[in-house]
Amino acid sequence: MSPTPAAMPASATSSVPAPGRRPRPGLSVSSARRSASKTLANAVLILLGLCFLIPLSWLVLASLDPEAGYTTELPKTFTLDNFAAVLTPELAFVPLLNSLLLSAGAAGLTVVAAVLAAYPLSRYQLRFNKPFLYTVLFGTCLPITAIMVPVYGLFVQLNLLDSLPATTFFMAATFLPMAIWMTKNFMDSVPISLEEAAWMDGASSMKALAHVVVPLMRPGLAVVFIFVFIQAWGNFFVPFILLLSSGKQPAAVSIFRFFGQYGTVAYGQLAAFSILYSIPVILLYVLVARGIGGSFAMAGAMKG
Amino acid sequence: MTAGTSTRPELGPGTGPGHGNSGRTGALWLKLLPLAPAIALLGIFLAGPIIFSVYGSFTNAALTGKNAKDPQFIGFENYADLFRDPNFPQSLWLTVLFVFASAIVGQNLLGLGTALLMNKATKAIAAVVGVCVVAAWVLPEIVAAFVAYAFFFREGTLNQLTATVGIAPVDWLFEHPMLAIILANIWRGTAFSMMVYQAALNDVPQEISESAMIDGAGGALRLWYITLPMIRRSIATNLMLITLQTLAVFTLIYVMTAGGPSRRSATLPVMAYEEAFRYSNIGYGTAIAVVMILIGAVFSVVYIRLLKEK
Repeated sequence: MSPTPAAMPASATSSVPAPGRRPRPGLSVSSARRSASKTLANAVLILLGLCFLIPLSWLVLASLDPEAGYTTELPKTFTLDNFAAVLTPELAFVPLLNSLLLSAGAAGLTVVAAVLAAYPLSRYQLRFNKPFLYTVLFGTCLPITAIMVPVYGLFVQLNLLDSLPATTFFMAATFLPMAIWMTKNFMDSVPISLEEAAWMDGASSMKALAHVVVPLMRPGLAVVFIFVFIQAWGNFFVPFILLLSSGKQPAAVSIFRFFGQYGTVAYGQLAAFSILYSIPVILLYVLVARGIGGSFAMAGAMKG
Repeated sequence: MTAGTSTRPELGPGTGPGHGNSGRTGALWLKLLPLAPAIALLGIFLAGPIIFSVYGSFTNAALTGKNAKDPQFIGFENYADLFRDPNFPQSLWLTVLFVFASAIVGQNLLGLGTALLMNKATKAIAAVVGVCVVAAWVLPEIVAAFVAYAFFFREGTLNQLTATVGIAPVDWLFEHPMLAIILANIWRGTAFSMMVYQAALNDVPQEISESAMIDGAGGALRLWYITLPMIRRSIATNLMLITLQTLAVFTLIYVMTAGGPSRRSATLPVMAYEEAFRYSNIGYGTAIAVVMILIGAVFSVVYIRLLKEK
């Protein structure tokens, strides 16, 4: 995740006006001003980037430092011992596996429920659609933190506390409104004429959905899946409240316990564990942003 | 990534493919049947708890003891307690301060500024800085919280930096807890606003601002009279979304200050957590949650109105 400072101030003066062309009045003045403002913009941006980067540099340096503290400094000797120390079953593997089960389970459930729900919303003109969609949108806005106390109460009543499957279902539900909204927008862009051909051949609407629509919107569904996966993987509060035994807790919670128990001595290990736990979501984010298109996903989420 | 193409229903009866009836001619309920899994999930896990919370806030439910097994209906007592509790107005004020300073001012203006600067700057620099800003946002929240803790810690990086210019170390987390969590939340969340504004500015036609430039309008004037009005929709949407996100911030504050010292950074989510789980006062904690849900609901309605207007 260390950002590459590859091509820094290489082409700062690329927009110098080409000489010898017909000089339009005012243009040369404005382009001189423009290149000055470009230099200023570059300088401010670099400063800003440093402000965002400096806190993160501690994480990387401390993870490689055998004597790490809270100060940011170049380690006297570089070591991978911190990583080796946390790569034990109870510290890293079991929590990471739990994180994987929780996130993949929630993302899978969300995508399935969202695709099924999006189909009638996208394909039939029903009076029911609009109010339902706005209710769903309302659901995307509610602060999940606020409902955790009542959810805890509900889980106690239903005897679901400390259950990994129940927590997975709850997480799926919290991401579902956003997922339905995104999936419907993606599905709207799949032309209906293709399904009509399938209907002609006597396929049911569910068959048409499975064999015609879903294959066509695979990139969109991948975005929804990754979107939910990243959020579920990073979520701390929900498993912190709903999962009690350490064998079931995901990495987000186990890392917090580790911090509480050893955080004041083993900074390096804390940083190493944090990095190991962050790598999957960073890779997935890069995948979405580069491969499938970040603004595309954004458009799906923001479109009215 | 196995679920991308599966349509096997996990919940709800008879939604599987091959149920004979064609979707076109089927009855209304059959058309709506695929909605069943989603409605079941949303009903049980979102609508259920919200309704339950309204009821629970009228009881004296507790984590342990006699009231845990058999909570009694106590009417508006929790709410009466809430408005008598001197901690509540303080938490409410801290929440407002946190949302206003870190989201509405900090993330929003910094995000807009960064996006505008990126349009002017060299592409490579803009891209690298974009990665730095987004990195803080992509990290899992607990990791971001640790990083922010390490940065503001007494022996941490910030004091290291200020020491180089001769400023005496400050115990940020104890002496200025609100400032620390506000700055941390700006650091963590600016990427979202930045990306919203990058997308919005991409949609502003180049010719419009260029023709204004030929007319002699300066940068600030162009920004105020042309660019900002053209992206006002995105501004409104962004403000609503970051307000709702910031209202719900718990992990960052809990890890950095745990609401302390002596409640000086206890926003409503932290207060609800403390009351419900530390002092095992579920009913009282739920009443705080209902207040938070109501605040969130007001912002949600405004947000939906904005989208509808389109």
